[in-house]
Amino acid sequence: MERIPILHVGTLLLVTIQVDMHDRLATNLQEDLTHRLSETHAKGVLIDISALDIVDSYIARIVGNIAQTSRILDAHTVLVGMRPPVAMTLVEMGVTLEGVSTALNIDKGMLLLNKIINK
Amino acid sequence: MLNSEYVPIKMEEDLLLVRKCVRQLASSVGFGVLDMTRLMTAAVELGRNTLIHGKGGHMRAVIVVKDKAKGIRLDFEDAGPGIPDLDLALTDGYTSKDGMGLGLSGAKRLVNEFTVIPVTPRGVRIIAISWLDE
Amino acid sequence: MPEPLDQVLHLIFDEYQEQLLEKWVESQLHSDGFRSYLVQEDELREQCSSFVTLFVNCFSKKNHPDMTSDAWAPMAALLTDIAKRRTNQGFTPSETATFVFSLKRPLFHLIKEQSQADAKVTERLWEISLVLDTLGLFTTEVYLATREEVITRQREEMFELSCPVVQLWDGVLGLPIIGTLDSKRTQLVMESLLETLSSTQSEITIIDITGVPVVDTLTAQHLIRTVSAAQLMGARCIISGIRPQIAQTMVHLGVSLGDVVTKSTMAAAIKYAFEFQGLEVNPINK
Repeated sequence: MERIPILHVGTLLLVTIQVDMHDRLATNLQEDLTHRLSETHAKGVLIDISALDIVDSYIARIVGNIAQTSRILDAHTVLVGMRPPVAMTLVEMGVTLEGVSTALNIDKGMLLLNKIINK
Repeated sequence: MLNSEYVPIKMEEDLLLVRKCVRQLASSVGFGVLDMTRLMTAAVELGRNTLIHGKGGHMRAVIVVKDKAKGIRLDFEDAGPGIPDLDLALTDGYTSKDGMGLGLSGAKRLVNEFTVIPVTPRGVRIIAISWLDE
Repeated sequence: MPEPLDQVLHLIFDEYQEQLLEKWVESQLHSDGFRSYLVQEDELREQCSSFVTLFVNCFSKKNHPDMTSDAWAPMAALLTDIAKRRTNQGFTPSETATFVFSLKRPLFHLIKEQSQADAKVTERLWEISLVLDTLGLFTTEVYLATREEVITRQREEMFELSCPVVQLWDGVLGLPIIGTLDSKRTQLVMESLLETLSSTQSEITIIDITGVPVVDTLTAQHLIRTVSAAQLMGARCIISGIRPQIAQTMVHLGVSLGDVVTKSTMAAAIKYAFEFQGLEVNPINK
């Protein structure tokens, strides 16, 4: 079955979504990330969505779930690379990503995660 | 009406087709990136509504022309249980299944015209139109 | 010695003035284009009456009217008033000009009745005159429409010029907004801001609204949305330059900027941006 790869880098889990998202793929990602978090004891999750041209309310919800789950497992989630039209559309729909930190790109996302983790 | 597309919505992967088809139409009409993103997002939300609440159905997408304005009309139809309380269904945060509760209300905000028509004997038809700004 | 036509004109002006006025008013009231919801019959009648009186006066004094002479000044004043009123009442330029042109039909009709001129020739002349009037009006309409397009385009260009996104510091963008923010324009400016933010990967944007006279609910909504969208992208927006009057109006209108960070001046916003980036400005010690 098609799955989104999760990379383990240092104390972080890195997910770069390069394919068109659909609901089951998103649900699988949530499950896989939860497993990898408890396996690796990673402190941070970095999700790069710069390749996504749309993010609907379902995917937004999954991202929110991932952030919440990682909090329970003592990790932080940072979402990076959201495109301007995607951000505009989510705001117009009324979608808020409570508890999800954001950064412009992977570099800045890693800096932010390190800052949160080392606090 | 110049061009029309028909997409059956029976399983999750069909939502990818819905998105692809709306993208093609929107780009052929000349929608900008932001308007295209809005319309594609609305289409996926409505498609998911057709799939999950309507137990499957189809989408018909057409290019519409009124006076000098061009737009795209998305017409979703299912044969599901219908929407018992439309006002409630369009309320932010209300969800009958396990979603964010922003599917219908969010999609409505992303398009210019939004109409919900009950289908007899059962089912629902949702028509969403987005006009291209000149 | 007066020309035969002038004799006829004088006869009409002396004897048939009432009839001329009556026919003119009637023809306007019953014409296809007349819009009773734009102008009242009383007002129309008064305008027609003033016009005919002045018209007859000017013609009686001089047989070959010199439009630039002082004798026509009252007429120019009357027409200025009528044209201004009609513009505000929502008449098109053609409809406004037709007010004057429409006198020709009853006047020609009377001339035809009172003169010995060939009826066929006058009829033909009338038709030609009518066609030329219509063509003339058409060019005026096109001219005005084109000018309006030019004005609209210039206004758009000016707006784009007045809202440049500038780089204030590495990672800090500034967007000084000058002039009234209508909904559509705001949306365009905000879109381009988000794009610049993304392409330059800038973490902070200062939106300065010192030059904005009014912030209404819709404008505030666009501002808030932009700030929220920037946040989703991983950047921050600060709004600076909210003048006291604007702050008061916003409170009065019930407009809220939500959780948006606001600073009274651009300087305060820049200081905030530097602090956010861990920078400090110090004097050089020599």
